[in-house]
Amino acid sequence: MQRYIAIRLVSAIPTLLGVVTLVFIVMRLVPGSIVDQILANGDSSEEVQRSLRAYFGLDRPIYIQYAQYLGSLLTGDLGVSWRARFPTLVMIMYALPVTLQLASMAAIVSMVVGVGLGILSAVKENTLLDHGVRVLSLFSLSMPVFWQATMLILVLSIWAHWAPLGYVDPFTDLGKNLSLMILPALTLGTSASASVMRMTRSCLLDVLRQDYIRTAQAKGLREQAVVIRHGVRNALIPVVTIVGLQVGSLLGGSVVVESVFGIPGIGLLILNAIGMRDYPIVQGTVIVTAVLFMATNLLVDVLYGFLDPRIRYGRGA
Amino acid sequence: MTTQALEVVAPIRAPVRASRQRHWRLHVLTRNPLVLVGLALVVFFVSVAALAEVLAPADPIAMKTSSVLEPPSLAAPFGTDRFGRDVLSRAMFGARASLFVGVGSIAIAATFGTVIGLLSGYFGGPIDNVLGRIMDVFFTFPSLILAIAISAALGLGIQNALLAIAITYWPVFGRLVRSTTIAERSKDYVLAARVLGASGLRIMRAHLLPNGLSPIVVQVTVAISQAIIIESSLSYLGLGTQPPTPSWGTMINEGRTFLDSAPWISVFAGLAMMGAVLGFNFLGDGLRDILDPRSRSF
Repeated sequence: MQRYIAIRLVSAIPTLLGVVTLVFIVMRLVPGSIVDQILANGDSSEEVQRSLRAYFGLDRPIYIQYAQYLGSLLTGDLGVSWRARFPTLVMIMYALPVTLQLASMAAIVSMVVGVGLGILSAVKENTLLDHGVRVLSLFSLSMPVFWQATMLILVLSIWAHWAPLGYVDPFTDLGKNLSLMILPALTLGTSASASVMRMTRSCLLDVLRQDYIRTAQAKGLREQAVVIRHGVRNALIPVVTIVGLQVGSLLGGSVVVESVFGIPGIGLLILNAIGMRDYPIVQGTVIVTAVLFMATNLLVDVLYGFLDPRIRYGRGA
Repeated sequence: MTTQALEVVAPIRAPVRASRQRHWRLHVLTRNPLVLVGLALVVFFVSVAALAEVLAPADPIAMKTSSVLEPPSLAAPFGTDRFGRDVLSRAMFGARASLFVGVGSIAIAATFGTVIGLLSGYFGGPIDNVLGRIMDVFFTFPSLILAIAISAALGLGIQNALLAIAITYWPVFGRLVRSTTIAERSKDYVLAARVLGASGLRIMRAHLLPNGLSPIVVQVTVAISQAIIIESSLSYLGLGTQPPTPSWGTMINEGRTFLDSAPWISVFAGLAMMGAVLGFNFLGDGLRDILDPRSRSF
């Protein structure tokens, strides 16, 4: 197992290099440099332009710029925000826990709702309930998360005269924090639960057709015990993968949800940065999210080995 | 079921059996109500998008100060927005923007991804290694965040949103086609073709591509539905289609300010989008059952 983790970590290096290179290329696609933007409506003599270009390192050849960029990344330097004049890393460190809280709460919602409905749907296969849950999951897959959020706000503000918008730090007031975060987490979580539900259902159906399930039934176990102890435990393994992959859509979805509910996480940070053309922030945020996503998937693969002793990674491990 | 299923995915080239196969598919098509509903929804939205000029009751951009934020009525079934524009007409033209980006981006992504996947799967070795690595890099990004970053870098606008989604989605097709190509590559009929002297290009075009087409078709349908959602998310965030051009995402965003007084703007724009996305999802799900029974998700 250790060997497997080591191999995975080493093989992640080229991918990581690819990630930062892609981000570098994408950011160089930006039409007009920071210099043009700074000088957009002001003094733009040749000399000022030249000194500004030198200041931002834009006068050097592209491969030198790339090497410098890689060098600074290696030392954990993600640059300085062009607008806030704050180190990008610090700004991300402030926003990241907020997004992580939102994403974790949403992941819990999607697990509970998705696995629960998936089991229900599989056990009651081809009944009205099953069809209902399946159609519901397709509806949920077809509803963009920002519209779902907007409709939730609409319904709550009309019927309950309550529109929980904004954010409070959990260390200041945990109760208030949770009351503000529960709605965004529910929105994001239910939208992610559809694929968890579908995966749970199809895996459980596969498992329930196995011989050992028939054996368990034949020896007179209660149906509930068969489904939970023999079925669900074996069916959940592939579901873990889906939940791991969900982290990507949870992080992406949180950009939208944060913007709807006004939560100052990574999503709002990147959107504001795009609005103000603050590219070091955009660049840093994208890299951090990608690394986070990579790390989660590695974790999921490792978890797999623990959950299912049949899976052994590496030779002779 | 199993034998029929195998028959569908097996590479069948004789015309007689092919026609029987088609007959069987049609039969399944009529038995599967979800596909029909999906197909009907897709045809409906494509027609609305194509014929928006003819069908829309009003100009989607023309402002009318005499009828601002009016609730749904016979004259304006979906109500009007803050500039007095007809929400129904805007939703109809919005279908055009969303489908243009959804279908266009996936067409580019599927074409490019298929070519890369074929090359990667057929040649294997270092080519596969390099291309596989490049695809891995794209999979490392959450798709919406990558699309946001690319469209922010390319600049705002509908064409750039289309390009951003295409760049985000091509590896999905690359990986899919690569795996089907590897599965087909070592089959007897491919070996036979090679023995007969067929070139690599011919084998890929005439054998590997047609036999790996079913999963691509399914993936295209599902990807279009996701692309429509990403386009509307980009537009909602102000990065995609730019006002005053109507798009479902911008309409929902504009309607958000008037949620208390004029909820119909966001509600109807969202319902329209959900209808279109649902159509492609139903269609994709049903097609998967018919064309690719082994990878059924439920």
